[in-house]
Amino acid sequence: MPFLATGVVFLVLSSFLASTVEMVEALTIVLAVGVSRQWRSTLIGVAVALVALAAVVAALGPALALIPINALRVLVGALLLIFGLQWLRKAILRASGRVALHNEEAIYQRELAASLSADAVAPAGMDWYAFTLAFKGVFLEGLEVVFIVLTFGANAAADGTGSVQLAAVGAIIAAVLVTAVGAFVREPLSRVPENKMKFVVGAMLTTFGIFWGSEGVGVLWPGQDIAILAILAFVLVTALIGVRVLRERSQVPVSMHAAATTAK
Amino acid sequence: MTFISRFFGFWYDFIVGDDWFVAVGVVVLLAVAGALANANLHTTAWLVMPVGVVLVLAISLRRATTQ
Repeated sequence: MPFLATGVVFLVLSSFLASTVEMVEALTIVLAVGVSRQWRSTLIGVAVALVALAAVVAALGPALALIPINALRVLVGALLLIFGLQWLRKAILRASGRVALHNEEAIYQRELAASLSADAVAPAGMDWYAFTLAFKGVFLEGLEVVFIVLTFGANAAADGTGSVQLAAVGAIIAAVLVTAVGAFVREPLSRVPENKMKFVVGAMLTTFGIFWGSEGVGVLWPGQDIAILAILAFVLVTALIGVRVLRERSQVPVSMHAAATTAK
Repeated sequence: MTFISRFFGFWYDFIVGDDWFVAVGVVVLLAVAGALANANLHTTAWLVMPVGVVLVLAISLRRATTQ
C-alpha cells in the first residue's frame, strides 16, 4: 500500500512538473503576444487551440501518440522563428533610431477621440497575427502535455502504480496554477513600453523557434528545456549589440555632416 | 486584383513579412541543422541554429539600413 501511495504521488508530481514546463512555455507566448498585440484575438486563439486540442484528444485518444510531433515542431518552430526575427528586426531598427518609434501617446489620443465620437463602440478588429501565434503556442504545448499524460499514465498503469487519469490530475493542477500566474502578471506586463515589449517578445519567439524547430529536425539540446534560457540570453545579448552598433553607425554620418557644416 | 493573387498576397505578407531573406534563411538553417543532426554531429547541429539565426538577423538589418 505505501508503495502504491508513493507511486501515485510520484506519478502526479512528475506529470505536474513536466506539464508545468510545457504550460509555462505556452503562457510566455500568450502573455507576450497579448501584451504587445491584442488581448481579444490572443484569447480567442487560446480558446480555439483548447477546443481543437479537446477535439483531437476526443477523436484520437491513445492513438495520439502516432501524430508526428517532430513534423509539427519543425512547422511551428520555423513560423515562430520567422515571426520572431521580423519583430526583433523591427524593434532593433526602432531602438537604434533607424525607424521612428511608435508614438503611443498619439495613438492613444486618436483611439480615445474615435471612441468618444462614436455612439456605439465597434469591437476591435481581429488581429490574425496574435490569434495564430497564441493558437500555435497553446496547441503545440497542449499536445505535448497530452503526450506527457498518456505516456506517464500508460507506463504507471503497466507497472500497476497509477493510471492515465492520475497523470491527468497532475496536468490539471499545473494548468490551474499556470493560468493563475498568467492572470496575476498580465497587468504589470501591460505597463512596459511598446517597443521594449516587442523587443523582448521578438527575442522570445526567436528563442522558442530556434528550440522547437531544431528539436523537430532531430537536434539534441544540451540540458534539454534548460537550453531555452541560454538561447534567450544569447539572442537578447546579440540583439542589444545590434542596437548599439546601428546607433553608433547612424551617429557617424550625422556628426561628420555637422562637422562639415561647422567648417563652412 | 484577382481573388487568387489577393489570397497568396495575404499569406506572403503574413508569413514572409518585410524581408524574404529572413524566411529563406530560417528554412536553410533548419535544413542544415537537420542534416548535421542526422549525421550524428549533434554539437555542431545545435550550434548552427543560434549562430545562424544571429547571422540572418545581422544580414537582414544590413539590408534594411542600406536600402
